[in-house]
Amino acid sequence: MVAEIEPSNIERSFLLESLEKGIRVDGRGIYDYRTLKISCGPTAGLVEVQLGQTRVLARVSCEVTRPFPDRPTEGIVQFNAELSSMCAPGFDSSGKPSAQEVAVTRMLERVIRQSRAVDTEALCILAGEKVWTVRIDIHFLDHGGNLVDAASVAAIAALRHFRRPDVTVDGEEAIIHDVRERNPVPLSIHHTPVCVTFGFFGEAIMVLDTSLLEEQTQVSSFTVTLNSHREVCALNKAGGIPLSPGQIQRCIQIALAKVDELNEKIQEAIKQ
Amino acid sequence: MANVKVVLPGDIVDTQSDGEAVLRLGPGLVQHNDDIQATTGGVLHASSDTNQWWVGSNRRRYVAAEGEPVVGVVVGRHGEGYRVDIGSAHDALLPLLAFEGATKRNKPNLAIGAAVYARVAVANSMMDPEIECVNAHTGKSEGFGELHAGFVFRCSLGLARRLLSASAPVLAALGAELAYEAAVGVNGRVWVKAGSPEKTILVVNAIRNSEHLDSRQCKQMVKELLDRQSL
Repeated sequence: MVAEIEPSNIERSFLLESLEKGIRVDGRGIYDYRTLKISCGPTAGLVEVQLGQTRVLARVSCEVTRPFPDRPTEGIVQFNAELSSMCAPGFDSSGKPSAQEVAVTRMLERVIRQSRAVDTEALCILAGEKVWTVRIDIHFLDHGGNLVDAASVAAIAALRHFRRPDVTVDGEEAIIHDVRERNPVPLSIHHTPVCVTFGFFGEAIMVLDTSLLEEQTQVSSFTVTLNSHREVCALNKAGGIPLSPGQIQRCIQIALAKVDELNEKIQEAIKQ
Repeated sequence: MANVKVVLPGDIVDTQSDGEAVLRLGPGLVQHNDDIQATTGGVLHASSDTNQWWVGSNRRRYVAAEGEPVVGVVVGRHGEGYRVDIGSAHDALLPLLAFEGATKRNKPNLAIGAAVYARVAVANSMMDPEIECVNAHTGKSEGFGELHAGFVFRCSLGLARRLLSASAPVLAALGAELAYEAAVGVNGRVWVKAGSPEKTILVVNAIRNSEHLDSRQCKQMVKELLDRQSL
């Protein structure tokens, strides 16, 4: 089995030395995102996001199912993310998922499902009998660092791009219209949460949108999830060095500015 | 050659040899009974003076071949030597005595994670590759050995081969303005060291950008990078 390729000591120490002078190895500023490219289509709900070298594909699909017995009037949102060895040699989809894989998939699940971005009440067709199950699949195609941010942008863009078949309810009967008969309708989305991840290298050095080498060298990472209404949806910090409340506040402020930019890009991409 | 011949994997190559001369097959060609077959897709090259034939193709995954210089990272040490990651499917073995001036009493001490510039000594599909930091015949290091400071980055195999050939425009353009050192590994890894982190990053980015540029565009690109940095 090919294991994860660790960077050499030279790369690590050069990275830290440069960061102490405020320079990043790929020439970016410390709060700069890499070039973000979002391509939607051709199918509704299929979005590929390229963030520098990182590539993520998100696909949304839906089908009619029975609702959960304790929530008869709500639709179901299912989420699935898999890291395979296509994106990096260290990930193996056949064995047990590694800690990093679990962290990434759980983070995304929190952002999409538990933040209730999708209006599940609007997914109900016939209470207690038929609801829409919306399924989001995320495939990581290339690991160039910062999988979480790229995947959250892809997932939200895919949800907003997706169109489900139109339904007419007549008493106890529901007619699901074919997409060729009636135009499919978009999902009802409450808000669009987007993740912004920071990497820390020691007490004072902090960068945004870590590349793969930076991610392998960092001592801590912190993800802020915000939406376009300037609300904090989630904060995620798993292990690493402790951060002061002041630093966290600073991160949130920077993230607020960045989330506006990201949401604008998503808007533009969906319009096309 | 007047025309460019592109081959696909599996194509039989007609080398127009009379069966007398010794043909040297380079990367991408294997001998199958009496035929010579291409194993990769690319442009067929032949050098008439050394009678060497090879297929020039670009990819990112390295397959070790004997005699090639590579940049590796030490990932482990066991009794007889170091295990070094050179980007191929299996880690390479670097014997403890394969350094200049190494004897049983005087062995080098490389840390895990150290970067080395070495030559592939043994490479075939049945064994793990072996590398060495010394020329086995002369006993001199000839530039191989542990790499200190500087930065290592990845590039495609095609770019690495072009950089190693004598006529790499980007290296010449950079050398005209900056003082820097570079060690190019055919496995797609390049080590660069310049006076300061800013200069090193500039060299790294210039080399990365030069992949699809021709000579004139390279000079232009290097000039723009230097102006922007105002070095």
